[in-house]
Amino acid sequence: MIRARGLERRYGDKRVLHGLDFDLARGGFLVVTGPNGAGKTTLLRMCAGLALPSAGTLEIEPDRAAIGFLGHEPLVYRELTALENLDLYGRLYRIPERRERIGMLLERFGLWEARRERASALSRGQLQRLALCRALLHKPELLILDEPFSGLDEDGAELLDGELAGMRERRTMLVATHDPERLARLASGRLALA
Amino acid sequence: MRSYLGDTATLARKDLRLELRARDTLPAMLLFVLSILAVFHFALPSGSSRLAELGLLWIAILFTALLGLGRAFVAEREQGLLDALVLAPCDRSAIWLAKGLATLAFLLVAEAVALPAFALFFSPVSWEMIAGVLLADLGICAVGTLLSAMAAAGRARELLLPLLFLPLALPIVIGGVGASVKGSASYLGFLALYDLIFALLAWASFEYVVTE
Repeated sequence: MIRARGLERRYGDKRVLHGLDFDLARGGFLVVTGPNGAGKTTLLRMCAGLALPSAGTLEIEPDRAAIGFLGHEPLVYRELTALENLDLYGRLYRIPERRERIGMLLERFGLWEARRERASALSRGQLQRLALCRALLHKPELLILDEPFSGLDEDGAELLDGELAGMRERRTMLVATHDPERLARLASGRLALA
Repeated sequence: MRSYLGDTATLARKDLRLELRARDTLPAMLLFVLSILAVFHFALPSGSSRLAELGLLWIAILFTALLGLGRAFVAEREQGLLDALVLAPCDRSAIWLAKGLATLAFLLVAEAVALPAFALFFSPVSWEMIAGVLLADLGICAVGTLLSAMAAAGRARELLLPLLFLPLALPIVIGGVGASVKGSASYLGFLALYDLIFALLAWASFEYVVTE
């Protein structure tokens, strides 16, 4: 599903990634680790198609309609409600039975009561839950998550653990985290960036 | 084609809704255009020619549009939302078209106030002038939205947008003033041709502006 050979990314004179090779097969779960500045976010953005490699090749099988991406920012409009944000993305992704899917995700992630609140009024943890709903809305084949536990309280983190375990068999996942032990039982491989 | 128009409508509706909630672009445009026309009214010596008045009107329109264009991608820039729009499976030019339409709506509202104010402060507004303004708006929004997206990606964005936009808007001013003064079809045709060419260029190149 993802095949990288000699992957390199530079920002001006600064080389963030160099000579990176890895494969992620369909159904795989690759955990990306490394210290701050090692290039985890850069790698995930390249895999999502949001940045281009400076050198090397990167082959990604599904097109962007089948990729779910969770970055550092929740990627939701602060002036829109949780429901309006998901409805916007639901329309853009042309999700069949959009309202039912949105309602089900909001329920599952404990946001149903807050569905009519603007995103700007949500807590950091609720925003992260909303961002997860957005990333999962279109049932992506490839799920790319950058620090998905960031901002979540213990309940939220446990909920996410359960969601990831539930999707483990049906999705291919690429997850960057500072807490690889949390995902150890789900992971099929680990990529440590220096 | 239907899904393209559907995506454009979805995105434009979102921009209008954001403005209705935040109210940080349209009120500024309205206040600015009224203020600048009032300043021009007192700055222009009495008995000045209609040519000078029309020139000032076009300056007011251009800078009011610049104000709106400068805010067109603020939400996307500040919250990194362009990533989410770029990832969505819609044609990326639909983002440009939707932003352009939303900016056009704000500009039309500002002009609905500005033209009567011009008639009050200076001289009557002709139908040819209104046609010129409408055609100019299309070109301003087509080019300006593309440049606004380019500027949003840069660091010196407040400087970059006027520096890129004003030279490209020169033909609009020439056509607009010409249509207002002479009222001839050739100036309106010139504006329509500008709109067509630059809209096509902006539509085709927007994808390269929003992807790395």
